[in-house]
Order: sequence, then structure tokens, then C-alpha cells
Amino acid sequence: MSLSIRLTINGAPRDIALEDARVTLLDLLRERLALPGTKKGCDRGQCGACTVIVNGKRVNSCLTLAATLDGAQVTTIEGLATGDRLHPVQEAFIEQDGFQCGYCTPGQIMSAVGLIAEGRAGDDPERIREGMSGNICRCAAYHGITLAVQEATRRMAEAEKGDAA
Amino acid sequence: MKPFDFVQPRTVDEALAAWEPGAAWLGGGTNLVDLMKTGAVQPAKLIDITRLPGLDTIETRADGATRIGALVSNADLADDPGFARSFPMVAEALLSGASGQLRNVATVAGNIMQSPRDAFYRELDPPSDPLSGGASLAVLGTGGRFAAVNPSDFAVPLVALDAVVEVRGPGGAREIALADLHLPPGDAPGNSTALRPGELILALRLPAAAAGFAAHSRYLKVRDRTSFAFATASAAASLRIEGGRIAEARLALGAVAPRPWRVAEAEALLAGRAIDADLFAEAAEVALSGAVAVGGNGWKIELARRTAARALAMAAAGTPARMPALPASPFAPQAGDLIHA
Ligand SMILES: Cc1cc2nc3c(=O)[nH]c(=O)nc-3n(C[C@H](O)[C@H](O)[C@H](O)COP(=O)(O)OP(=O)(O)OC[C@H]3O[C@@H](n4cnc5c(N)ncnc54)[C@H](O)[C@@H]3O)c2cc1C
Ligand code: FES
Ligand code: FES
Repeated sequence: MSLSIRLTINGAPRDIALEDARVTLLDLLRERLALPGTKKGCDRGQCGACTVIVNGKRVNSCLTLAATLDGAQVTTIEGLATGDRLHPVQEAFIEQDGFQCGYCTPGQIMSAVGLIAEGRAGDDPERIREGMSGNICRCAAYHGITLAVQEATRRMAEAEKGDAA
Repeated sequence: MKPFDFVQPRTVDEALAAWEPGAAWLGGGTNLVDLMKTGAVQPAKLIDITRLPGLDTIETRADGATRIGALVSNADLADDPGFARSFPMVAEALLSGASGQLRNVATVAGNIMQSPRDAFYRELDPPSDPLSGGASLAVLGTGGRFAAVNPSDFAVPLVALDAVVEVRGPGGAREIALADLHLPPGDAPGNSTALRPGELILALRLPAAAAGFAAHSRYLKVRDRTSFAFATASAAASLRIEGGRIAEARLALGAVAPRPWRVAEAEALLAGRAIDADLFAEAAEVALSGAVAVGGNGWKIELARRTAARALAMAAAGTPARMPALPASPFAPQAGDLIHA
């Protein structure tokens, strides 16, 4: 069976022929589209390493069948920076030491971008921890991660205020 | 994963016509794709229902009765301000389940249809003692058999509020009370529901009376870590309080039985009585009175008892202004700024 889908990945349209409906979005990105920034931790929805943004929402790409996504907009860690300018969440992770080995980091950053867009947590550390609980960090960099999300939330809110003024 | 056919129907009629033995409905896929990876479930055909029109809306009638389309995501339902105001413990249960990423994708129908978490269901070659690890073993409603607990948080407050499931299938449309959706365990500890082959859930409904509990409603979930873990015990408690007395009570327990476990005896005991901690302990005692420990999980019975009593006390104190109250921990202070108390 062959299925063809069209995805917009990090702003670029891609026509993709799937020979098999079993392919997950995670495997498609890593194995077929040369975008290995998205990581595979558990492959079961339990760790968040594979988090990407689909149609504006953070999702686990390991549990998403690519065949279901025809027409979708996908943003991965590779699509976050603008040229050499890092995204505010990326900057905050560096400044606040939000990682050690870095394996979970792309997923943490994409999840934080999704969480901030949801507007659920604000800069309350308790709500940030709850909102980020779908991302496990084997190095336990949680303290820095929480500070980074808090910092990025504040900066993005300020930038928005500045834009509006 | 076994190969399968994949179809993406554009109407409910097309979806129903696509069904055949061996086919499975694909909602968000967060449960089904997981089980397909281990080989525990091997559908010959996946019918992706996420493109079906008209199933992603929440409709509220003037009297408060609410109809939730089957494809509404767990996140969108919990975040709907009107819904959370009318059914706060349902929103609280949804937000206590899974993670932000999973809730964005998981549908309400998929949530109530999710399979038990025991390894017996999840792995192709289950461990030789299939039902080891008492946390997922039912202590109530088993009829003396081994059974895994129903893992859904969402279904617990729904069953307390008399939710109804609307389905359509080869035999036409019908309704099933959520309380009757999950069947008692048979000889095999399988995940059987009252859905007939080829039946598709179109919506969940909450009756108008369910909104009458909004001022005193809580879902309390106890688990191995503060967030992103299934319940070891949980309770949904709702009270309608008039003149300092309990006019009507609802109580359902999670993670103790193969279905969300409503306790009518405890509700009857609470009705007409004054609010009192001893009364809540007595109601919780009644709720767990028939429980039988399996595989060393006597702790679950005591935990569920205390969780039920605590949830009733939290409901009596009043629904917090900001839901869900955080941290989502049973050790958090009970009262915050209360809107209704
Ligand atoms: C790591 C992890 C942690 C989790 N933690 C929790 C938790 O703490 N609490 C909790 O409650 N849940 C938890 N979950 C489970 C999660 O809530 C479910 O996976 C999700 O709700 C299922 O919804 P879905 O739309 O993805 O269902 P799917 O995976 O698409 O489907 C699940 C089942 O429902 C059937 N189905 C789907 N839609 C319909 C329909 N319209 N009519 C008839 N049948 C249908 C499917 O055929 C399948 O059998 C967790 C899951 C994961 C992976
Ligand atoms: S790899 Fe997807 S959640 Fe772990
Ligand atoms: S930084 Fe190593 S796993 Fe998170």
C-alpha cells in the first residue's frame, strides 16, 4: 500500500510517499527526512524526548502515525532558531543550565514552547513543573529546566508587550 | 508492528461502512499505537476517525446538560472555561492524567476506551505471572477473578455524574450509561466493553443535574510521583450542600476496580447529614467494605479508603477558584481561595 502525504516541516512543504502506514512521525523525521534533532527515548509516550509541535500543539511524535498527518504543519527543534538567532527558550536553557548530557533537551525545549503557547503555567514554578512533567530528564536537570521555562516565559511576555506598544 | 490497511474516512457513514472484523478505530492513537508497537493488539485495518466532521464540539444546553463530541481532545475539554466551571472535577481529573503532550492528542472517546495498564494486556509475551504487581490489580468488582483496574482518570468523575455514551453502529444508534460500558471480567482478563462490533462512539453526555454539584466537587488522585503517573487510588467526590447539610452526594473511586467504581451505598449514607469528618470516614469505610486484596495489594484498600474520605472533605471545603488546584499532590494544603464555600 502506498500513501502520499504533504507536510509543512519547519516552514518548508514536503511531499512524502509512505510505502507503509506503520511509520511514526518520529521515525519519518529522523530516518527519512534527515532531521535527527528530535530524539527517541522510550518510543512509548513516556519520556517526551520526541516532542514536536504539530499544528501549533506539542505532541509525542513517537505515538503519531505519519499517515494521519496529511496537511499538517510540523515544527521541530531544527526549525526553532531564526538563522543564527536562537529562540528565547533555547537562549534561556543555555543561560539557566537547563541540561547536562543534552539528550532530552530538544524535547524539553519543544515542550516548553508548547507549554508557553498554551498559557497554562505562567511563571509559577509549581505550574511549570506540572506542565513539563511529560518530559523526563535522566540527568535530573529539572531545576535549571524550570528556571529556563520561567525566564523564557517572562521574556516572551515582555517582547510581546514591546511589540504591542 | 504488524502491517495494516489504513483508511481515513470523511463522514461517519463512510467510517461505519469501512469497519470489518479485525478493524480498529484510531483516535489520538496514544493508547492504540502504543499497544500495536508491542504486538499486544494487531489490527488488520486502522480506521482513522480524526477527520470525521462535527465530532469535535462541546455543546451546552440552557439547562446545563452538556454533549461532548467524541473527538474533543482531553486538553481542549479541560481548558474550556464553561465546561470547567460546570464540571470542575471532570476538568481536574483530565488534567491529572497523562502529560500535556498526550492530552493534546488524546480524544475523550479514546480515553474512556483505553486498555488496562497491566503487562498482561500490553506485551505480546506477558510475564508468566500475568497479574503481578498489585498496583494495577482490582480489589473491587472482580467477582473473585483476577482483573486489572480501569486506568482512566476521566471516567471516574463522569460515572459519578451519570454520563451517557452515544454510539452508532451496524445496528443503528443507541445510548449506553457509562456505568455499563466496562463489562465485569470474564474468564480471560481482557478489556471488554459493551460496544458491539463496529460500533463507534459519537459523543458523551452529562445530564443537567450533573452541573448542580459545581460548587463542591473534587477529584483526588494518589500516585507514585506527583505528576505523569497512573493513579494507585483516586476518588471523585461531589456534594450538593443546602443549609449546611448534604442534600445529595456522589462518590466514585478510580484504580480499584475493572471499571470506574461508583458507590451508591456511600452516597445514600451521606444524603441528609451534616458535614462532618467522621461521617466522611464512615462513608469511605462503606465504599471499600467489599474490597479483597490480591497479590499483596492490601495497601490499595487502605489507600483508597483514605483517598475517598479526603476527597469528600475537600469537596465539602469547596471547589477552588483556580482549577486544578496545584501542586497536584494530596499533600498540598486542602483549602485555597474558595469561591463557593
Ligand atoms: C505514558 C502515558 C501515560 C498516561 N497516563 C494516564 C493517566 O495518568 N491517566 C489516564 O487516565 N490516562 C493516561 N494515559 C492514557 C491516555 O489517557 C490514553 O492513551 C488516551 O486517553 C487515549 O485516547 P486516544 O484518543 O489517543 O485513543 P486511541 O489510542 O486512539 O484509542 C484507544 C482505544 O479506544 C478506541 N476508540 C477510540 N476512539 C473511539 C470511538 N470514537 N469509538 C469507539 N472506540 C474508540 C480505539 O479503537 C482503541 O481501542 C496515559 C498514556 C500514556 C501513553
Ligand atoms: S520517545 Fe516519544 S515519549 Fe519517549
Ligand atoms: S540532560 Fe541528560 S537526560 Fe536531560
